[in-house]
Amino acid sequence: MASPPAATALSIEDLIKVYPGPKPVRALDGLCLEVRRGEILGLLGPNGAGKTTTVGVCTTRVVPTAGRAVVDGLEVQANPAAVKRRVGVVTQHNTLDRSCTVAENLYYHCRYFGMGHAVSRARTAELLEQFRLGDRGGMMPLQLSGGLAQRVQIARAIAHRPAVLFLDEPSAGLDPQSRLALWEVIGDLRNQGITILLTTHYMEEADRLSDRVAIIDHGRVLVVDSPAALKRGLGAATVIAVHTERADEGLRTALAGLPEVHEAHLLEGGVRLLAGARDGLLPRIIEATQGYGLRDLSVTEPTLETVFIKYTGRDLRD
Amino acid sequence: MTEYLAPIWGLILRDTRVLRRTFAPFVTRTVMNPLLFVFVFAYVFPHIGQDIAGGPAGATYATVLVPGLVSVGMVFAGVGAVALPLAMELGATGEIEDRVLAPIPVQLLAVEKLAFGAAQAIIAGLAVFPLVTLVPATEVHVQVASWPLLLLMVLLAGLTAGALGLMLGTTVRPQQIGLMFAVVVAPITFLGCVYYPWAMLHRIPWLQYLVLLNPLVYMSEGLRAVLTPSLPHMPLWAVLAALAGATTGLGWLGVRGFVRRTIA
Repeated sequence: MASPPAATALSIEDLIKVYPGPKPVRALDGLCLEVRRGEILGLLGPNGAGKTTTVGVCTTRVVPTAGRAVVDGLEVQANPAAVKRRVGVVTQHNTLDRSCTVAENLYYHCRYFGMGHAVSRARTAELLEQFRLGDRGGMMPLQLSGGLAQRVQIARAIAHRPAVLFLDEPSAGLDPQSRLALWEVIGDLRNQGITILLTTHYMEEADRLSDRVAIIDHGRVLVVDSPAALKRGLGAATVIAVHTERADEGLRTALAGLPEVHEAHLLEGGVRLLAGARDGLLPRIIEATQGYGLRDLSVTEPTLETVFIKYTGRDLRD
Repeated sequence: MTEYLAPIWGLILRDTRVLRRTFAPFVTRTVMNPLLFVFVFAYVFPHIGQDIAGGPAGATYATVLVPGLVSVGMVFAGVGAVALPLAMELGATGEIEDRVLAPIPVQLLAVEKLAFGAAQAIIAGLAVFPLVTLVPATEVHVQVASWPLLLLMVLLAGLTAGALGLMLGTTVRPQQIGLMFAVVVAPITFLGCVYYPWAMLHRIPWLQYLVLLNPLVYMSEGLRAVLTPSLPHMPLWAVLAALAGATTGLGWLGVRGFVRRTIA
């Protein structure tokens, strides 16, 4: 009798990865993370934060320097072949087999996972249908648009019904329309109860798709929670971006001292304020920026980017 | 281990499908070079009276060419069918990814590539053989003394070609492919005892010993031993040992290179 599935689909413990070389790169620096069964966990961080390396370790492609990853109860390092049965991977780049048609990409993927001819054919037809690729089965991958290719890659990645699906920057390089279509596909997967680890540096993507978001920087997880809780945790109702011709510590201190301002972060070309309420605050800000050349004031609700800045002191785009 | 059989079979099916789709260009690529060579040197030359000295032991030059050109065809297939696609898939497109993620150790994927390359090399050898026996204007004397030995030799030659392809494919970057042909493939084919038996190199001793590093020498000499035994050839045991060694050595380098390129 198989035991009931554990609540944790993926657990990452103190992962360290140093890429050797003349200038060794410490891509992961004690990363810890748990992904619960059935959730979408968004791994949000800037380029170079260690997102792809994390996916690489969990999917047997990167050997960690220390620490371990456990997928569906199996330690990755000790059981790479068995772990590969339990993971589906969509990488940043189009890795569709260019020598095979779309349908063949799906069919042979099923064969690689040990399904017989009839089962593989049925599964291929089912996936073409599910991902609305029905009439494109005979096309070659190079004939597909970026959005379609990404959809085929996702279909292929879930063809063998993995326990955890890894989507590494799935919408990188897609046009806005394809991105929306992709989000719909990912939403459907969530409704089917598929466990997903999604890496992204688009805060909107993380916010919209994830049940929980882990903010990662320099190879470490800084905080994990639901997007709503993360934003609530800021304790601020308002984010005010103050753009000035020049900005320095003096300006930051002056703004931080204003009533209702909880935090003030110095950024390139201005200061970002987290504030409780904005009533009466804006005139004071204008006053405080005298001599700094105020150019623009924008008032928004907190986003995950605000959360990111709070934890890293940096802009996500830096 | 048995749980790996179905995935490996899937990989073979995929490669077979791709080979079927590209069979015409594959065969064309394979036969053009030997066809032109044998046409010019064994058909045109005798007709226009340009003399190419006959081979040793009274054999025609056309007979000397048979095992050599079959071997070159096999090496070209090994490089063309394994090294070129692999260099692209590993270096430029990353499309090997889905097969790397198949539920088998990646080493087995590399071995599958090698074995499939060997099969393609053998097909290439079979495609070249009729050409080099039928096109020449002069008599070609081929005689199979032992079929099992011929089979063993063809198999070992194929594996050597596949292993060479795997080693090159995991070593060469896509932008170096042109260079690889100039620096590796051309010297291997020109100095592979294709156009003369190895024994005749005794007049140039340094070359005779230098070419022992070339795996194609053993393929040519081995096929010479089993197809045209009247010509001078290396002793069979030496050829078999060398081919087994070349397959093992190149295969080991290839598998190691493959693992290095796919796992960080």
